[in-house]
Amino acid sequence: MWQAFVDLIHQLIPWFDGGLADVVIILIKGVALILPLIIMMAYMTYAERKVIGYMQLRIGPNRVGPFGLLQPFADVLKMMFKEIIFPSKANIYLFILAPILAFVPAIAIWAVIPMGDGFYITNLDVSLLYVLAIGSVGVYGIILAGWASNSKYPLLGALRSASMLVSYEIVIGFVVVTVVMVSSSVNLNTIVADQSGGIWNWYWIPLFPMMIVFWISALAETNRAPFDVVEGESEIVGGTHVEYSGMCFALFFMAEYINMIMMAVLAVLMFFGGWHSPFEGVPYLESWFAFVPDIVWLLAKMSFFLFLYLWIRATFPRYRYDQIMRLCWKVFLPLTIIWIFAVALMTQLEIGPWF
Amino acid sequence: MFKKAKKLVKDFGLSEIRAGMKITAKQLVTDKITVQFPEERTPISPRFRGLHALRRYPNGEERCIACKLCEAVCPANAITIESEVSDDGTRRTTQYDIDLFKCIFCGFCEEACPVDAIVETHIFDYAFESREGSIIDKEGLLAIGDENEKAINKARLEDSKYR
Repeated sequence: MWQAFVDLIHQLIPWFDGGLADVVIILIKGVALILPLIIMMAYMTYAERKVIGYMQLRIGPNRVGPFGLLQPFADVLKMMFKEIIFPSKANIYLFILAPILAFVPAIAIWAVIPMGDGFYITNLDVSLLYVLAIGSVGVYGIILAGWASNSKYPLLGALRSASMLVSYEIVIGFVVVTVVMVSSSVNLNTIVADQSGGIWNWYWIPLFPMMIVFWISALAETNRAPFDVVEGESEIVGGTHVEYSGMCFALFFMAEYINMIMMAVLAVLMFFGGWHSPFEGVPYLESWFAFVPDIVWLLAKMSFFLFLYLWIRATFPRYRYDQIMRLCWKVFLPLTIIWIFAVALMTQLEIGPWF
Repeated sequence: MFKKAKKLVKDFGLSEIRAGMKITAKQLVTDKITVQFPEERTPISPRFRGLHALRRYPNGEERCIACKLCEAVCPANAITIESEVSDDGTRRTTQYDIDLFKCIFCGFCEEACPVDAIVETHIFDYAFESREGSIIDKEGLLAIGDENEKAINKARLEDSKYR
């Protein structure tokens, strides 16, 4: 059906030997990805308020629409009509550039994320490296926001985020190395294809400690509680967001939530078999669940990780800054390096059923 | 040595983290204690002291005899009373103002009143839209009393056992 659609576009727009038609098709693909993503992000905010509310014995938003389901749209409307205030001594160009620099990489990463078997925008051969590279660019948004605001608290938040994100990126890099060693590929499609054949073939079993390290680092990478020292409401008011209002603030917010969804999907792709059904190879269950499309499995696993984000946020108090650094450099980094050696030995000596 | 190893296993087994997350997971499914205010209300004691009201006798006659005891006892000087002799020879108020910004809701006016005219109702969720709105005059107080006579009477009745 998709091929028929592509042919139709080529027939309708024959200019430049189909070059223009290709651009249009890429645009359509992009919109088809970004729209559901933004709606997912909007409902992520709703889910966050609801889940955390329930965990604190409250009810959460329930005024707008049934069960408060229209709350995200009310928030969007409010944000759109709010005035964007520029601090008088701020560098306005950087001030506007910062939210864009935070938001664009968050969206750009999704170009290589496979959502199902052959269901992606581009099949990049180095997609895992692309994810790491583009993910790092998002840090600039926060640092620029802190600098351009020309204010004390944003600068403090930016300083905190700069060193924290860089440190935890190293850990994530090492974790990714173990995944790459096991699957011997940097292509996300190949990594997921490698994990086919039921729940026992997924990488979370051989790489269980790495999965936990990855997840905790992912919390730090996305500036979520208990690692949200960048915002630190109780210490530095709102960190880098202090001077931002209206849509500029909303862009930061959206970038954060889209990054959260991205990290959840990445965890699923690398450790939980991507779009593969957990019942593959199980005698009866496999045929019973054969009708479920593969994207549903991906979304279901992803939802669990997104729930984990909220669960962790509702449970733990914020880390002190030096403890965050200690956890990264003195615990995670040695652990990952040891595990890299262990995985290297196991793959070379062919120990264990997974290598 | 053994103690150290035990702590290492405990730390890397994330035992504290798992314990914490178990608690929040339990809270997630327990009944919520939120009272959804405009629709649901918490119980109120019959002695609750809220917005003031002036009462009437069942035949429609004003209870207030302008004795000014409430004005005298009011610690915040929130009550202002003017009175004159009415056509039937009784003493009646011509002005009875309560400034709600001054009032501290101590309930002394209610205690002082010999005829149970000024009372404090259970109304606590009121608002004014202008600065002058804080002063309720006699008509306003009587209107509140007429509107809530049933509730006021019930609260007095419930509390009478303990007085």
